[in-house]
Amino acid sequence: MSLALDQAAWTAAKVVFAIFGFGLGIAGFLGWVERKQSAVMQDRIGANRASIFGFRALGLFHPIADAIKMLTKEDFVPRGADKTLHALAPMISLGAGLFCLAALPFGGTVTALGRAWDLQPIASPVGVPLVLAVLALGAHGIVMAGYASGSGYGLLGALRGAAQMVAYEVCLAASLAGVLFLYGTLDLQEAVLWQVRHGLWGIFVQPLAFLLFLTAGAAATKRAPFDLPEGESEIVGYHVEYSGMKFGMFLMTDFVESIVICGLVTALFLGGWSVPGLNLPGMGALGGLLMAASFSVKVLLLLFLLMQIRWTLPRFRFDQLLDLGWKNLLPLSLLNFLATIWGIYLWR
Amino acid sequence: MTVRPVERPRRTFGTQIYLLEVWRGLAITFRHLFVNLGRHALRALGVKTAAPGAVTIQYPEDPAVLGRRARTRHRLLKRGDGAPRCTACLLCETICPAKCIRITAEDAPDPRIEKRAKTFDIDLGLCVFCGYCVEACPVDAIRMDAQDVELSAYTRRDMIWNMPELLGDVPKLPRV
Repeated sequence: MSLALDQAAWTAAKVVFAIFGFGLGIAGFLGWVERKQSAVMQDRIGANRASIFGFRALGLFHPIADAIKMLTKEDFVPRGADKTLHALAPMISLGAGLFCLAALPFGGTVTALGRAWDLQPIASPVGVPLVLAVLALGAHGIVMAGYASGSGYGLLGALRGAAQMVAYEVCLAASLAGVLFLYGTLDLQEAVLWQVRHGLWGIFVQPLAFLLFLTAGAAATKRAPFDLPEGESEIVGYHVEYSGMKFGMFLMTDFVESIVICGLVTALFLGGWSVPGLNLPGMGALGGLLMAASFSVKVLLLLFLLMQIRWTLPRFRFDQLLDLGWKNLLPLSLLNFLATIWGIYLWR
Repeated sequence: MTVRPVERPRRTFGTQIYLLEVWRGLAITFRHLFVNLGRHALRALGVKTAAPGAVTIQYPEDPAVLGRRARTRHRLLKRGDGAPRCTACLLCETICPAKCIRITAEDAPDPRIEKRAKTFDIDLGLCVFCGYCVEACPVDAIRMDAQDVELSAYTRRDMIWNMPELLGDVPKLPRV
């Protein structure tokens, strides 16, 4: 087999793993985590009825049952809806989220079987802006969904989604300015390598940027306390006219976007795939496995934290969200950036 | 003193920056999460804990817990001699806002009693469980304390309870 073909097959395998194994796998698992974690912290038991041959397995079969339910439900399109856009919207939302997964650095480069294996599916010198830009594309899906539904509530949810994007999107990028300036790169893999070289995780150098990015990132996932586009208790939101698997895709989008945000935080602030005290790139195939495992564990822990926040805080009011974004997060991000620049200038 | 003034929580710098408040909220939910997880784990291993990990009642398997005064299904009462107390005065049928009670009267064999109920049907598919019938009854013939809340049936016809069933003489069975 020629080298180029070999390379293409390896890249395809990585992308498939990132999207279907890591992304959709964890997203399905998160459906169970969401139910059980909220139940246990509220002194409840949570969904535990779905069983296969009498085995309940703590309700782990519920995501499968949900998927079967959604696939077999009627796919309803309202009369006033634009059929094409109505069908396209969830694909754009979920597709944008899934693409971002392929740009995450699941591991560095390891040598095994006489060649080097790069574990990042899509390596790009502009990884961070790429992920942020594609993630922002997901908001188009929301606006499109609400607009194409032909429903007042859907449109209201779409408008709220658009306004929320205005509130968090600037801070999402601005909060990273300082840390990227410090790393001197826009490449996610290079950012991880900087942390490995200096033996110092980004969260210890840029704790404020970590908090700001996590907050803006939580807003980007459209989950509580920033679930304004959905607003289940008030307007149901942009996906009010969706049913069946199209609705399931919107549901999945929230989880996938959470995974992307947690992946970004892991890569930029928590040392990515590295484990302190272990020289993983020099350990061959085992090192590669440990890299992916370390990255996954960090992402899962962050998801656990985000889930806990989601079930602890009440929803922000609209003006409160815009205030938070423009009057607090953005000035703090810029101050953090300035302080970083001055810090680097004075230190050198 | 019936009025208890409650002071509004003050907005201080600590609450305004929100981060500390978020942390306090998370501390509560994390405590619940880990304490409950620990209790679930200990109970699964057979260790008795002070309290269960969840307050959930697994209803169909475990019986529903009802208060003694819970307003449940209707029940017709009997006199000391075993005859129904109902005198077919129709007060309950009259006051019923859902019009779910239907009574037909007949002459009572006892000369001291003017009439008695020949049939007494309650359509529980219509009943709104307001309890007005119990309030209206002058002879304490009907109460809503059968401690029975499992009232579903496969047909509308089977939602109608007749007098022997309400008296408890005949078990409620679906009509074939």
